[in-house]
Amino acid sequence: MWDNISLLVIAPLLNVQLLMDGVLIGAIFALAAYGLALVWGVTNVKNLAQGDFVIMGGYIAYVFTTLGIHPILALPVAMVLMFGFGWIIYRLIIAHVIERDLFTSLLATFGLALVIQQTLNLIFGPDVQIAESGFDILFLFGGQVTLAEIKLVALVLAGLLAAMIVIFMKTSRMGQAIRATAQNARAAKIMGIDTDRVYAFTFAMNAAICGAAGVLISMIWVIQPFFGISYSIRSFVIVTAAGLGNLPGVIIAGLGLGAAEQFSGFVLGAEFQQATVVGLLVLVLMYRQIQMRRQRRVVS
Amino acid sequence: MTALVKKRAGLGSILGQAAILAFGVAAPFLFPAYTFQIAMLWIMILFALTWDIMGGQMGYNSLGNILFFGAGMYISAVVQIGIVYDVAEYTAAFGAIKIDFTEAQYYIGFALGIVAAAVGCTLFAAIFGSMVFGLRGPYFAIGTLGVAIAAGELVGGWDYVGGGSGISMPVFPGDVEPRALFFYFLCFISALATFVFLRWVYSGRFKTTINAIRDDEEKAEAMGIHTTRYKIVAWGIAAFFLGISGAIFGNMIGFIEPLEVAFPTVTLGIFMVVMSLLGGKGTLWGPVLGATLFHLLKEVTWIYLLGWQWVALGTLIIVNVVFFQQGILGWAQDKWPQFFGIVVDEKLSAQGAAAREAAE
Repeated sequence: MWDNISLLVIAPLLNVQLLMDGVLIGAIFALAAYGLALVWGVTNVKNLAQGDFVIMGGYIAYVFTTLGIHPILALPVAMVLMFGFGWIIYRLIIAHVIERDLFTSLLATFGLALVIQQTLNLIFGPDVQIAESGFDILFLFGGQVTLAEIKLVALVLAGLLAAMIVIFMKTSRMGQAIRATAQNARAAKIMGIDTDRVYAFTFAMNAAICGAAGVLISMIWVIQPFFGISYSIRSFVIVTAAGLGNLPGVIIAGLGLGAAEQFSGFVLGAEFQQATVVGLLVLVLMYRQIQMRRQRRVVS
Repeated sequence: MTALVKKRAGLGSILGQAAILAFGVAAPFLFPAYTFQIAMLWIMILFALTWDIMGGQMGYNSLGNILFFGAGMYISAVVQIGIVYDVAEYTAAFGAIKIDFTEAQYYIGFALGIVAAAVGCTLFAAIFGSMVFGLRGPYFAIGTLGVAIAAGELVGGWDYVGGGSGISMPVFPGDVEPRALFFYFLCFISALATFVFLRWVYSGRFKTTINAIRDDEEKAEAMGIHTTRYKIVAWGIAAFFLGISGAIFGNMIGFIEPLEVAFPTVTLGIFMVVMSLLGGKGTLWGPVLGATLFHLLKEVTWIYLLGWQWVALGTLIIVNVVFFQQGILGWAQDKWPQFFGIVVDEKLSAQGAAAREAAE
């Protein structure tokens, strides 16, 4: 561990490499986390299947590459398919838990996560897959820092997607309805908003966002049926740290988490990368507890 | 009339309990081929019962109780090996070193291991509890899930206890059959002890207090209940028995490893929640019933589902949680309250109905 830290001090360019990798991957974490925050804020459902939606999107891109189609083209298809999937899941499951206590939605979506990951495992097998995008690798700083072009493409796409979501939420009628429902569902109902439809749309949109994030992940990293839970936990870390309805916070926390993971993976070893995510979750939750305890309140 | 019903139920329950006891003692002799499966059933019952202390009776839905199971397993392993050999050296050899335990060494080590596991896990619960008891609802569930996952990964990276390649446990000094019986009865007795202890604990003020925490923690605190103290005690009880079961299970399996055996968060860790919910959380017999049904269902259908068993399990969780959350006993209590000693006061319920109507 100390060797690795001293290595970072000796070769500062390694820091640049890790930071860059972390930020590029963190942008996609932020995307999935924003979806979670959206559903959480509007429907009060904590979706533990978030990461599995991401992985589903990734497998759609993977299927595209096996058919010989470029995975970037899978992006719109994955969004549409996942939107439909999200809508069905809402009607089948989420609509029944939305009024219930918090643990119900958590456990129901946990069951959903189990179903999704096991079905993916049965279809695609437990091997690690990648959607090959065929982009080059850039060499910076005289070849000491490598940067896959696809990561830049993914960053741009993630940024575009985020901008689209923000514009949608601000300007479209549905976006306004979603924000109104998040503020006060009862008042929104009185004003004639069909809140059930808003909930369904929000959940489906979250699934679509996750699907897009999954396509990007499958191109720049690897996917595997059981990787979903770590994306769910990442999303929870980011949302818990940033708070609901705080888009800049979500972006910063997402980028920070990506970088933290890369650094800890380098310093402590790759096997601790997931432990870092979970450790950060525990740290964030403990920090929030201490914060709340000062005001004699609890984190709920 | 109610008195008569109560008396009959009392006799029935005594007969029922005697039958279960007789089954527990006779089962390994009647079905020698299934000794291990029935031993697992007792462990499952213990799991469901201990989860229900927090999840059902106190309203703190933990997804990470499996932490204590794994911790107990590792504590006992370290103690058992540690009394005769250097643990680091033993684990570094990846099973190449075979220690011949004398009978006395084995049994004394095992007994010490169980005690250490129980005490250690209770201490763990106190420490861990102070970390997460400021969390409520979903945060508590996610936080405990996170800690349990992290524990598995951290142990996997800890070379002193063998890291990811695990520890092979001391070999039982005896034949296969006495070994199976020995572990069977340990499992049975630990489950029985858990049940008897919980029945005793639930018959007193403790149950009313933790139920008060479940129903409204702020009010409970305002009534002068030391909520944190009760929460730690409740979790300590769960951890105590889970630690014991972990120590027994590790020795029964013979080989322990962090992710699949000691900290199986998404299998056993979730099974305990599902079993309690299936049987009816917040009741004494619900977890027992749920665990029995779940284990039977799992053992009977598992191999015929050809890989779809996990999908079926996920579906069971969803259906259970979404459409049948009160569980079997909860449903029965709603349907036939008189059999559970719940007396419906006609006057009060009429008043309540009138008040509800007025409110609407």
